[in-house]
Amino acid sequence: MAARPTVPRFAHGSRVPGWDDAVDLTKDPATIPDPATTPVPEALRASIEASMAKYPDRRSAAIPALHAAQAIHGWCSPEAIDQVACVMQLTPAYLESVASFYDMLETHPRPVHDDVYVCTNISCSLLGGDEMLDALIGAAGGDETIHVSSFECLGACDIAPMASVNGEYVGPLIEEDAATIVEDLRAGRPVLAAKQLRNRRCVDDGTAPGQAPDAPPRQFGEPDHSLRADAVGLTDADRAEDRPGPSAPIETTPETPAEG
Amino acid sequence: MPKLLFDNIDEPGLNTLEVYQRRGGYESLGHALSLSREDLLATIMDSNIRGRGGAGFPAGRKISFLPKGEMQKYLVCNADESEPGTFKDRELMQKSPHMLIEGIMIAAYAGNISTTFIYIRGEYELQADILEAAIAEAQRAGFVGENVLGSGHSISLVLHRGAGAYICGEETGLLDSLEGKRGNPRLKPPFPAIEGLYAGPTLINNVETLATLPAIVRMSGAEYAKIGVENSTGTKLISISGDVVRPGNYEIELGTPSREIIYGLAGGPPSGRKVKFWFPGGSSSPVLTGDDLDIPYDFDSMAKAGTMLGSGAIIVADESRRVLDTALKVAKFYAHESCGKCVPCREGTNWTEKMLRRIYTGEATPMDLDIMASVQEQIIGNCLCVLGDAMAMPIGSMVQKFRAELEAEIEEARRRNFGNEADEVIGLGVADELAGPLPVH
Repeated sequence: MAARPTVPRFAHGSRVPGWDDAVDLTKDPATIPDPATTPVPEALRASIEASMAKYPDRRSAAIPALHAAQAIHGWCSPEAIDQVACVMQLTPAYLESVASFYDMLETHPRPVHDDVYVCTNISCSLLGGDEMLDALIGAAGGDETIHVSSFECLGACDIAPMASVNGEYVGPLIEEDAATIVEDLRAGRPVLAAKQLRNRRCVDDGTAPGQAPDAPPRQFGEPDHSLRADAVGLTDADRAEDRPGPSAPIETTPETPAEG
Repeated sequence: MPKLLFDNIDEPGLNTLEVYQRRGGYESLGHALSLSREDLLATIMDSNIRGRGGAGFPAGRKISFLPKGEMQKYLVCNADESEPGTFKDRELMQKSPHMLIEGIMIAAYAGNISTTFIYIRGEYELQADILEAAIAEAQRAGFVGENVLGSGHSISLVLHRGAGAYICGEETGLLDSLEGKRGNPRLKPPFPAIEGLYAGPTLINNVETLATLPAIVRMSGAEYAKIGVENSTGTKLISISGDVVRPGNYEIELGTPSREIIYGLAGGPPSGRKVKFWFPGGSSSPVLTGDDLDIPYDFDSMAKAGTMLGSGAIIVADESRRVLDTALKVAKFYAHESCGKCVPCREGTNWTEKMLRRIYTGEATPMDLDIMASVQEQIIGNCLCVLGDAMAMPIGSMVQKFRAELEAEIEEARRRNFGNEADEVIGLGVADELAGPLPVH
């Protein structure tokens, strides 16, 4: 008879290790850390206080505050949580409950690291997202400062398979891009500049059917193309190029320096 | 059909106030502020615009549900676009953030709201940065903040970044998350319109719904209602992805035949392959097959076909794909994202994923499909929010429409992994046991 997978069992048939370990009754629950004994980096304090000022209730700043602390500590460590708790005047337990809920907040020890989220949801996996994840894990090669993880839909199925590298969306990826992403991260230059989502044009050409694509937009006159204050990063050259699709080349940003 | 949201969307600098204003931006806000609240609300009601986030609730009626009178009310723009396959709001916020800000200000005035928030998912860092810059710019120009355009109304706007949780796209989960808690959905009623953010009356709308308001005010509600079909008025942004040649966002008129979208705009599956199945409204909508391509793409036609328009995200899978792979991805996603508050969802998503994995290992029997279908039925309508339903509907439809294929998968995996022993090991063994008299409970 073929071997069937066995489920590991612990005390009393439970599948949860340590479920029946006694609670340490000699300890008191953690209280709000004392500002006198909890040193908080000045930048972190300022950032949390600025967040708290934005909301009618200071608790609303929990997520931005934990994000800021994670950026300094690499993860939501007990120390990081204590610092946030001290500034926000909340208990560490409350903040831990928040940190453990959200995927972008790390509750396991990590050094300060680069985040590479690889989408492995439906559209990306149809087009090779799972293979991309393996390739990136391989390319990072156990480097602790590059944290590659699979992520649920990142909202960029138009560039599937894609990844978010420190918040920068890149795609559509091929396996060779994995090595380039890791190299770019190590060299500290913009990641995979040619495939960044920020440079991509909308597939909808934004004109009504039958209207020539280059016709002046509505009644507001021709836009002044010399204005380049746009974060979209489009150039006149981009506008002339073919619109993208998997079969068309992705626009490149000519200004991007090759070396960081 | 005019493009309302994607009109020349790639115009350089559209994210800056200068270019947006040159195109007539914020004129609608000025016009709206010159109207009385009742007239403005009537305009929105006339447009008959339905919410673009997924539920399709008429946006005008949603505003009218807010209690009247002077009190602290809130507006939250739901920019936590996490439904797999959906990425329309991303493009809109990145390229035309002022359109959203103007829409929020119009809706806030219509509902007599003074405090507004945008809840954007944490992964959208570029879009959040762009929005933050745009809000600051609008604030300096007097379109946001104290005494908007000298009208005497003060409307604040704060951008809030989430941290990666699908459930925070659910309106009450979003409110909890915005209050700085775990994003668990709340019991309804009370609905957010009565008791929402910080226990105050709260209006929650999707990005696209709010961004359409300036166009509605500009062209009048009655004119807007002429676009589209009855009961599904206006234009809709659709995100199309998966096995198509030109994936991306398109603005279409509601009621456009689905074939025209999948083949006409997106180019259909590559290499001339046929469409096998497609999600018409994000991963939580029941799937349709290649035979359903002539259904008009609007709210009512989709509902009639037993599915939903949802957020307008079409995911296409061609004939080279296995239904099982997609079903497992869907189940795994919802099992991961279930917040764990309600048992049918927490256990149902988890067990559906396990049962699907059993098909791969060859341990499943065709009876599993019946159990799976029954699990889906027991999730639907039994939880505080619709996350569980969002898995149950597509999985249920896949089991129903592709049962023969799934049974073949079960049989094949069983032969592959257990060889000739297969019949003794599980398949017939279990069936024989159950064929006998069942124990009486």
